[in-house]
Amino acid sequence: MTDTTLSPETSPAAAGDAAKPKSLYALDDLTRKRNASEKRFKYYGLGAVLIGLFFLVVLATAIISEGIPAFTRTIVEVEFTLTQEQYDAAEKELFKTKAYEQFFINALQGQLEESGMSVPFDAKAIERIVGKTGGTIREYFKANPGALGAPAAFELAASSRVDGYSNGRVTRETLTDSRFLEKSDLDIVDALVETGIIKTVFNWNFITGADSGVDNPGGAGIGASVVGSFFMMLVVLFLSLPIGVAASIYLEEFAPQNRFTDMIEVNISNLAAVPSIVFGILGLAVFIQFMHLPQSAPLVGGLVLTLMTLPTIIISTRASLKAVPPSIRDAALGVGASKMQSIFHHVLPLAMPGILTGTIIGLAQALGETAPLLLIGMVGFVARGYPDGFITGFIEPNSAMPAQIYTWAARADYAFYEKAWGGIIILLVFLLTMNILAVILRRRFERRW
Amino acid sequence: MSLFWLVVIVLAIALVGYIAGRARALASAGGDMRDLHSLPVYYGANVAMKAAVPAFLILVLWLLVQPFVVHSNISGMIPESAVGDGSSLGLVMAEVRRTAEGLENAVASGQMTDDFARNARTDFNDITTRLKDAGQIVTSQITQPIMRAAQAYRIMVSNGNFYMSIVVLLAAIAGALWGVRETSAEFRARNTVERGIQVILFSAALIAVLTTLGIVLSLVFNTVEFFRLYPAMDFFFGLTWSPSFSGRGGSSELGILPLLWGTFYISFVALAVAVPVGLFAAVYLSEYASPRVRAVAKPMLEILAGIPTIVYGLFALLTVGPMLLSVFGDNGLGIMKAGTAVMTAGLVMGIMLIPFVSSLSDDIINAVPQAMRDGSYGLGATKSETVKQVILPAALPGIVGAILLAASRAIGETMIVVLGAGAAARLSLNPFEAMTTVTAKIVSQLTGDADFASPVALVAFALGMTLFVVTLGLNIVALYIVRKYREQYD
Amino acid sequence: MNEMPNLEQASAMTSSKISAKKVQVYYGDKQAIIDVDIEIQPRSVTAFIGPSGCGKSTFLRTINRMNDTIDICRVEGSIKIDGEDIYDAKVDPVQLRAKVGMVFQKPNPFPKSIYDNVAYGPRIHGMARNKSQLDDIVASSLQKAGLWEEVKNRLDEPGTGMSGGQQQRLCIARAIAVSPEVILMDEPCSALDPIATAKVEELIDELRENYTIVIVTHSMQQAARVSQRTAFFHLGVLVEEGSTQDIFTNPKDKRTQDYITGRFG
Repeated sequence: MTDTTLSPETSPAAAGDAAKPKSLYALDDLTRKRNASEKRFKYYGLGAVLIGLFFLVVLATAIISEGIPAFTRTIVEVEFTLTQEQYDAAEKELFKTKAYEQFFINALQGQLEESGMSVPFDAKAIERIVGKTGGTIREYFKANPGALGAPAAFELAASSRVDGYSNGRVTRETLTDSRFLEKSDLDIVDALVETGIIKTVFNWNFITGADSGVDNPGGAGIGASVVGSFFMMLVVLFLSLPIGVAASIYLEEFAPQNRFTDMIEVNISNLAAVPSIVFGILGLAVFIQFMHLPQSAPLVGGLVLTLMTLPTIIISTRASLKAVPPSIRDAALGVGASKMQSIFHHVLPLAMPGILTGTIIGLAQALGETAPLLLIGMVGFVARGYPDGFITGFIEPNSAMPAQIYTWAARADYAFYEKAWGGIIILLVFLLTMNILAVILRRRFERRW
Repeated sequence: MSLFWLVVIVLAIALVGYIAGRARALASAGGDMRDLHSLPVYYGANVAMKAAVPAFLILVLWLLVQPFVVHSNISGMIPESAVGDGSSLGLVMAEVRRTAEGLENAVASGQMTDDFARNARTDFNDITTRLKDAGQIVTSQITQPIMRAAQAYRIMVSNGNFYMSIVVLLAAIAGALWGVRETSAEFRARNTVERGIQVILFSAALIAVLTTLGIVLSLVFNTVEFFRLYPAMDFFFGLTWSPSFSGRGGSSELGILPLLWGTFYISFVALAVAVPVGLFAAVYLSEYASPRVRAVAKPMLEILAGIPTIVYGLFALLTVGPMLLSVFGDNGLGIMKAGTAVMTAGLVMGIMLIPFVSSLSDDIINAVPQAMRDGSYGLGATKSETVKQVILPAALPGIVGAILLAASRAIGETMIVVLGAGAAARLSLNPFEAMTTVTAKIVSQLTGDADFASPVALVAFALGMTLFVVTLGLNIVALYIVRKYREQYD
Repeated sequence: MNEMPNLEQASAMTSSKISAKKVQVYYGDKQAIIDVDIEIQPRSVTAFIGPSGCGKSTFLRTINRMNDTIDICRVEGSIKIDGEDIYDAKVDPVQLRAKVGMVFQKPNPFPKSIYDNVAYGPRIHGMARNKSQLDDIVASSLQKAGLWEEVKNRLDEPGTGMSGGQQQRLCIARAIAVSPEVILMDEPCSALDPIATAKVEELIDELRENYTIVIVTHSMQQAARVSQRTAFFHLGVLVEEGSTQDIFTNPKDKRTQDYITGRFG
């Protein structure tokens, strides 16, 4: 027996207990207080989760509400007939485009009167609304002389302010008279909208087109930079997947237990946390300054992103390899396969779904990465066109989606902000698709051992 | 011969070697596969490997070494007098290289004959104008020594490329022949090939080490170059950041302290948002939430971590900035001048870090053994008492590690501060003022028009070095703490 | 040890400390406890024995509502302590657990000092008015757990640094410190060596004077050594309950007999 000296009667706590036996049905004050603080604590936690979700909702709302207008554009559609005589006469004029513009204005006037609307306007106002139209019309008829004499419909892009007016970015209150647009012009626009001459259509050019200059936000498209991103991702995929898998196989299956292996492993986990901008510096110093690879090329961007993605891919690949049970290896070795054969014939195929999932997630990360691209010159470059061919697609200067978005955000014109938000929608659609693909891969093929 | 065709030819040699090796192996066994030591593919692969691998190795090494050799030879040709005041050898060499490339392009597009470009006695004024006419970029009037150097440069490079092609092709052919010769029925082809593959696997693992080495070397070399032009003491202890792009950076003040202050201030705001929210969210999700709520809320929160930083940058610049401005700006409290500010960037960065903190803490809280919780509940503790007095103290080291990792993320974050924090370097306490960070300045110094050899551009490497050292230190400490913590409960 | 008289059986029905009626426990769709009725006597040791997976631990955990912490677990029927139904909506499990303490299979001291481990319960339940009162509670609890002499000079060392047996006695001291009326022990000796087990068993025998103790054990010898009454569980059913002597020498049910004689288990 141990030397117990205190009986419960002399212990203060037990003595207090004996004095007032507590019923379980009655909550004492302290318990009530503790329960209140319990509830408070729970609400703090719930509040934190809700704050996080609230931010997500705000972000999503901002992206969608600001970005949707990028997918529409405002056009002015006017139909008129130009006869051979009018054409000849116009070609004889000193200011040829001016003459064509007059035809356009006359036709517009006619269409307005036809629908019973009458607003006074002059050539200057029309120019503010649709820009200089003469050149476009002249070029069309010069290229298609056969169209002379027959009615032709012209779809002309409305100026960016009119575009802004029709999607709510510009209002009568916020508009200040300038050489771009005056308040009185909005009456004309309203009338034209009512007669169906000005209308809003889906902006295919935004998805398929290339970047425009600083002065033409309406014509800017993200297509060329999508192609740039695509070539970059090809480089990343074809370098980081084989290298990542090879490195993982070495570390997981062959590496001896020694200092050097430890060093490689510590290295990889630290690389995964190096700021992306540092990879940009590496790309600039090694690929551009030292190796003289071309600036702004998807190849260089791809190389930099490969180095950045490798640690992620190696970490996830090693986890997938580790998940394949040793019994599979033993079974292969047991029938006389070499270690290399057991890995390449059995372990690797079984780990493949996990490896691909990790790779897709790594690619998605690389696709959205911007900072390193700034340093290798993908931002200063205006991607005005598509690459000519497959090989040139890698080495010709191009932009990439996130770099294009940054370029637009850095331009001072509000109309470009809309394009930037629109670009984000496209970027997020790509990321979402990739992530859903990864989830499907995981759900369908992942095996629990 | 262009690099592309060289690679294609080497691959073709390897392919021919593969077929030859396979055929020879089968022939030596009298067409009966069973008499071979290894499967026929291994004999083919052995030959292909011996043809391609050494050849490509030589190719890569040559490409890396040649610029050095050419550079050191040519820079010896340039007399002291050709390096003007305020200029440097590096700048002159850049011009030489540009001229040589211009010549090359002009010849390639047929606007200049090869002889004309090579002829050292050609009047250099004439060449300058002809280069300009041909649309090749020529910075200034090319001087005689530069022209001579450029011509020599061009010849050396083209000779180098020629010899390289020869050596690489010879290596490929020799390798293939060697492989074919050793092919016989008894040859242990599989073992040889597997050893080769193992070496390839090892070199893939080495790439991670080479990347780190590349980062360190490119930072160190350029940082040393920078400190030769700008005193290190002024850089580390200077209180003013005002680069001057004109006058070759002579009058620039490049003190890092205002940038570090901005970096830490913004990171602090970000952590002040992310740590409480992330931690409470993690506690709620792991201790209170029903499985169904958890299954929905956790992935939803993690979406925030998957959104690219450019999106957050834009969100800061165009949504959060104006929103804060309407409350704290001139129409509101009047303490905010513009949308870009420490608060804007910090708040948005905090949002980005919430899931980072919460999922790391969630893992760590879940690693606390259930027995701890049972012990506490068994004594009549409420959940919050258990969390506050048992779980969090037990998980503390892990959570500290997670916060350090988040801090390192915040310090290294670029796009949010480039777009949301402003460009002015300032030592101020007001969180509604624009400040700038190390990362933002790395971007602006390297994307500006400054020459790479001038201090205003080179300073970016010193900034990068500082950033790398700080984040690496944080990561190492954090990973160490987290690993120790996990071992405790394994 | 087993001098607890059998003749008290009749009065036990009225003076029992814990009285369970028709208790059912479900884990999701699976029923783990079926129709358990049992009366547990005050100031005595009751042992639950049975093969593993028979539900004895599950039933033990219903007595202080520890099963509430498992989401999918559901309890039906009534369990009364001193005549009060502990599953009544008015009962706060927190308050209940102060009255019904628990010691677990694996020693689970908190990663805190020995002192803080014992003081944890009194602190959260606000049992000490000041520091010296808290010191008294910690000292007397450690004394009752027979640990005082071993640790009195190192109260600020971490509880996790002690030997397994000491850790388990620390956990018992921690439970005693809240002055419970009932102490539930879930295989308290399964992770201990024989010497440490003997010490804990000795301690249990002493504690019987002041507490109602329910112990789940895997070892029949232990049940015979420490308990006055024994209940045999099999496949979620309470097969037989009676004085320890009766169960071991004269079991009424065939299954009990098979288990005692080692036919299964």
